[in-house]
Amino acid sequence: MRIVVCVKHVPDLQSDRRFTDEGRVDRDQGDGTLNELDENAVEAAVTLAEQHGGEVVALTMGPADAEDAVRRALQMGADDAVHVVDDALAGSDAFGTALTLAAAVRRIGEAGPVDLVVTGMAALDGLMSVVPTLLAGHLGLAQATLAAEVTLDPAAATVRVRRELDHASEVVEAPLPALVSVTDQANQPRYPNFKAIMAARKKAVTAWTLADLGLDPAEVGDAGARTRVLEATPRPPRENRVLVTDEGDAGLRLAAFLAENRLV
Amino acid sequence: MTTAAPGAAPVLVVVDHHDDAPRSSAYELLTVARTLGPVEAVWFGAAPEAAVDRLGAWGVARVHAVPAAADLLPPERGEALAAVVEAVAGPGASTVLLASTFENKETAARLALATGAGLMVDAAALEAGPDGRVVAVQQAFAATWTLRACTTTPRAVVALKPNAVAAVAPDGAPTQPEVLTHDVVPAAGPVARLVERTPRPASDRPDLGEAQVVVVGGRGTEGDFSAVEELADVLGGAVGATRVATDEGWIGHEAQIGQTGVTITPRLYIGAGVSGAVHHRGGMQASGTIVAVNSDPESPIFEIADFGVVGDLFTVLPQAAAEIRRIRGEA
Repeated sequence: MRIVVCVKHVPDLQSDRRFTDEGRVDRDQGDGTLNELDENAVEAAVTLAEQHGGEVVALTMGPADAEDAVRRALQMGADDAVHVVDDALAGSDAFGTALTLAAAVRRIGEAGPVDLVVTGMAALDGLMSVVPTLLAGHLGLAQATLAAEVTLDPAAATVRVRRELDHASEVVEAPLPALVSVTDQANQPRYPNFKAIMAARKKAVTAWTLADLGLDPAEVGDAGARTRVLEATPRPPRENRVLVTDEGDAGLRLAAFLAENRLV
Repeated sequence: MTTAAPGAAPVLVVVDHHDDAPRSSAYELLTVARTLGPVEAVWFGAAPEAAVDRLGAWGVARVHAVPAAADLLPPERGEALAAVVEAVAGPGASTVLLASTFENKETAARLALATGAGLMVDAAALEAGPDGRVVAVQQAFAATWTLRACTTTPRAVVALKPNAVAAVAPDGAPTQPEVLTHDVVPAAGPVARLVERTPRPASDRPDLGEAQVVVVGGRGTEGDFSAVEELADVLGGAVGATRVATDEGWIGHEAQIGQTGVTITPRLYIGAGVSGAVHHRGGMQASGTIVAVNSDPESPIFEIADFGVVGDLFTVLPQAAAEIRRIRGEA
């Protein structure tokens, strides 16, 4: 069983996240972190490899800092790590990202077939939740997304997920090789111990450029983006805010506030 | 609201429906679509007949029924939709609109991949840009930033958040839409199959993602949602919850609001016993008016509340509910 887990380095949720003048996510704040939901993806990949045997390759794309994301995956038990890094990737949208990740997964597959690709359900910067679907589309894989629970049946060569959608609870089964995305309900990510952290330090991270993947720079980054931000503006603070401490009449004041604002 | 110039390329609207009834988000999409061009609807499933008159009254010129798509999962729905787009859209710019749910975002992504379109999801508003392209307004970073974006491609696929716009029926006489049925053959290739589907039991309350009012219970409820439910019912709203409340099993996971749960943009959000952790804020900060009731004055939710009450939710909420009934003359 060979599993590729895709991870992303994102600005820390607790930090002051912002856009650049060009309308890109500002990735130069120096306080980036592994996308929290990708910890669930790594945990799912490592757990499946432990259960069924095999290896996990962590894959990321992004500027130099993004290597931290695959380092974290190595600490959590991934066996190998790949970092696609190229200046031409700057400004990639979901399409450029999926195209690049797909090329990297194919390249990883040259060393031995990939049975499963695992991702988080969304990156906590863009929150589009569409890269898993685009990636599966490029790779021609069946997809089982938004998993709250993942089980693998190597004998039947299938992966099965349970997921909670807006109007229904579903069980979806996909033939291997397949793509799975997981939610934060899927597991409790392990916290790497000292030994795992030390062992991860000794592992090399393979760096690939676009040329290594045979990709045309015009297809990715700003050049290949299918959307363009015209304007990015920080939200002005809310005005006329009211804060009251209950002295026995706060419910009445709340009702009056709602009535005044035509909300009842 | 303006109406698009005649001769513009058709705008396709995917009409989500429950049995025969379009969901409320579909009427919102139809309202926006009218400003962008002549409106055609896509109906996944057989027999749109029961809804055709209503769609006609909402300005739909043609209904594209795709019977086979009813049983397809989102990626294959996206492929089916691509076939419809290729079949109907003339040359030049065209737009496909969907309601921004997780399933529809996957459908939209696959459609965009198959047709070379640009994709914008979770849009809070749509405008016709000066060059005929669609401009989407999006909220980012827990609604602390607002983006205006457009596609660089001639074709745009846009998923619009429920509640982002008010649904307004057009003036004028209803049309009688023509119904075209598309026999779409799913493309060959490996696909996932649905093993089991358990619809959620119908509730008297509105759907969380579509509700105009949402009352949310957090850790401070200590598992007692009665005051939250009472106020939600008085306001005709939905009940939501924080991650803590769902993890504790106080309420189902489907009620979770936040970056990994449901994202809501109601006119009115009321958080009771909700601290306002960053993950939760990411799912609700774009709400119109934010009210918070929490006994801890240090709760971060007060930083974003239009009206904050430092107090005990078990006294404040029932008092507010009773007062609202009194104002309405119900008690």
